[in-house]
Amino acid sequence: MSILSVATAPQRRRARRADVPAQSVVDVATGATLADMATGQSARVLGIEAPHDPAGARRMFDLGFVPGAEVRMVRRAPLADPVVFRVAGYDIALRREQARWVSVAAPAS
Amino acid sequence: MGERRGAGFVTLDSGHCAVPGQELRGLDEQLPTLALVGSPNSGKTTLFNALTGLRAKTGNYPGVTVTRYVGRVAVHDRELTLEDLPGTYSLAAISPDEQVVADVLDLDHPTLATPDALVVTLDATTLRRSLNMLAQVLATGLPVCVVLTFTDELTRRQGSIDVAAFQRAVGVPVLTVTSGRRQELGPLRDRLVDWSTWATPALPPPTEPAEVVSWIESVLSSSGYVLPQIDRRTRRVDAVLLHPVWGTLVFFAAMFVFFQIIFTLASPVQGWLENLFGFLSTQVQDHVGNRFLASFLADGIIGGVGGVVAFLPQIALLFVLISIMEASGYMSRAAFLMDRVMAKAGLEGRAFVALLSSLACAIPGIMATRTLPSMRDRISTMMGAPLMTCSARLPVYVLLVGLLVSPSDRVGPIGAQGVIMFALYVVGALSAMASAWVFSRIGRRSGPLLPFYMEMPPYRMPSARSVGLAVWDACRGFMRKVGKIILATTVVLWVLLNVPVHSNATMAAAGVDVHDQAAVSAYTIDHSAAAAVGRFVEPVFEPLGFDWRINVGILASLSAREVFVATMGQVAAADNPDKPAEGLKHLTVQSGPRAGERLFTPAVLAALLVFFLYALQCASTIGVLRRESGSWKWPAIAFGYMFVVAWTMAFLTGLVVGALT
Repeated sequence: MSILSVATAPQRRRARRADVPAQSVVDVATGATLADMATGQSARVLGIEAPHDPAGARRMFDLGFVPGAEVRMVRRAPLADPVVFRVAGYDIALRREQARWVSVAAPAS
Repeated sequence: MGERRGAGFVTLDSGHCAVPGQELRGLDEQLPTLALVGSPNSGKTTLFNALTGLRAKTGNYPGVTVTRYVGRVAVHDRELTLEDLPGTYSLAAISPDEQVVADVLDLDHPTLATPDALVVTLDATTLRRSLNMLAQVLATGLPVCVVLTFTDELTRRQGSIDVAAFQRAVGVPVLTVTSGRRQELGPLRDRLVDWSTWATPALPPPTEPAEVVSWIESVLSSSGYVLPQIDRRTRRVDAVLLHPVWGTLVFFAAMFVFFQIIFTLASPVQGWLENLFGFLSTQVQDHVGNRFLASFLADGIIGGVGGVVAFLPQIALLFVLISIMEASGYMSRAAFLMDRVMAKAGLEGRAFVALLSSLACAIPGIMATRTLPSMRDRISTMMGAPLMTCSARLPVYVLLVGLLVSPSDRVGPIGAQGVIMFALYVVGALSAMASAWVFSRIGRRSGPLLPFYMEMPPYRMPSARSVGLAVWDACRGFMRKVGKIILATTVVLWVLLNVPVHSNATMAAAGVDVHDQAAVSAYTIDHSAAAAVGRFVEPVFEPLGFDWRINVGILASLSAREVFVATMGQVAAADNPDKPAEGLKHLTVQSGPRAGERLFTPAVLAALLVFFLYALQCASTIGVLRRESGSWKWPAIAFGYMFVVAWTMAFLTGLVVGALT
């Protein structure tokens, strides 16, 4: 089983994230991604889906967003973006763009 | 976070050299080579510095602008070469810096030699994440030794690990090294020279993502790993420093202090250095008989060396501040706060510090881009930074604005001079952002956009040693690599402005009073090679209303913008070349349709101001761009595009102001 369900897009070099429709990156099971979490909420990672960017998805995995990992939304920047998450025992800031790649099971406080 | 150098960063370097092995002279190819692999913030470079001291050499990886740090480790009678690879979170590279790590570890790579063995630094507090990369490194089959760092912090935050059990679980030697405990380096050194006897795992760890997750879990559980508690101190500090109101206020206060320190604390030291070199020049002028030789030594050589040394206070202070910000963890917080704003210019939060530093001077500003992890962001920031209004533009602006409007002119209740100065600052900053945006758009076409992520490390106390090393490294690199470019430019410009030499007899014959210093220098400059150049390029600048004398000033200002003021003073044969305004006011056009009219009309002055706003009239900036980007390509592009923009904008401004007045 592949937990990095990435769309195969060999033309990654030409890929433009702005072109990616929002729906395609939302997990079908819950619809929730890291980008939907509110401050203080925790959730478990279901998978990573980054259309057109398999290498980016792989990087999220290497950063600790592995399926089953617990993620906590720590805080939002004053201008709403980026967002700090706590995962694998450390804090990491992601922009919404990347946060949307990681689908999570229903977040709870 | 950026990879660390001293307390610092990935450093770019010159010596863009396509021949491997040649870029790092003086290293014995016969010695066994070990390489340090680790994520940013894992204490990798601190360890490298501790093992190699100040004996590290820098060069480039062939074909890319990623700096290579190589040092030598001596253990008793044996020696080995240690290479500090760029920090990375994964061997699945997504940036040029990370590709270097992947290439170096690739046994089949055609040009890069694979090291004999690898030392992997793992931050004990982020082990769950870091084991991911260890699995990838072990999969290369090279001998590996693990150095666990920050175990003291792990204990302090109620985490724990059984190091012996961890060693059994990963199947390779594991040592702990806590920063500041030098006695732990001895056993590590002994272990390093024995690299050929290191244990290898009986079964290499899996590489398939799902299996890696279970491998990590099994390693962690068999070594009794307890995840550290959240660092309470960090949480409490973050509650203030990242607070929407207080955090933003603290940030702007911190940046204000940061800028003030670079701008005001460095300037008296710079003043002392200038006085010192001025004193040396006078001594030479007084004691060397031959006027030509005296001028060459005083203005060309001593002036050139002084011009290089004058940058050191700013660079040293900048690196003290930046490395404290980096090592303490505040740099990530500042970048976090500014990211959204900088994203508008296609950059990321950390670029803010570089642009801010450029308000003092583009040299430290461009060097500050080392904090950016992505090469593309570094280049985009470097292309914009020189447009920020630096302190060297001030004397030029003061002179020209003073000629353009009188101190009593007002725009409403505010003095017109102040309004124009303010406008110049604002336009400079906006142009810098716009230029960075354009270059980041161009950069996107040449490769994939990097996903943005930034580790927010716990607050840590910066060590004086690593701050000192970062300052030393920056100053040494600047003196060595940029110093010679600045010195060479100064000498060449001196020659242009002073050759050919005129005997007293020739000058007397031309009606010049040889005892009048101002008249002599005016005569020399009028008949110099620079004047010939100024006349030669006259057609280029003619549409802007510049005559050959202004062109000479522009040419001379290549060594430093403020030289324009003194050169114009010389050209105008003012009694006091430092206060040339009076002489310049009455200069008239010598030939052409405007002959006899005032040279410095409002249109010409406005065009000249805008020209100085955009043009890259600074050899030091060109030199530092060369060093930080690793090739002459980017300084050439910067000079070219800024000249075109400067000319165009000056032309348009001249048209508008000419129409209004």
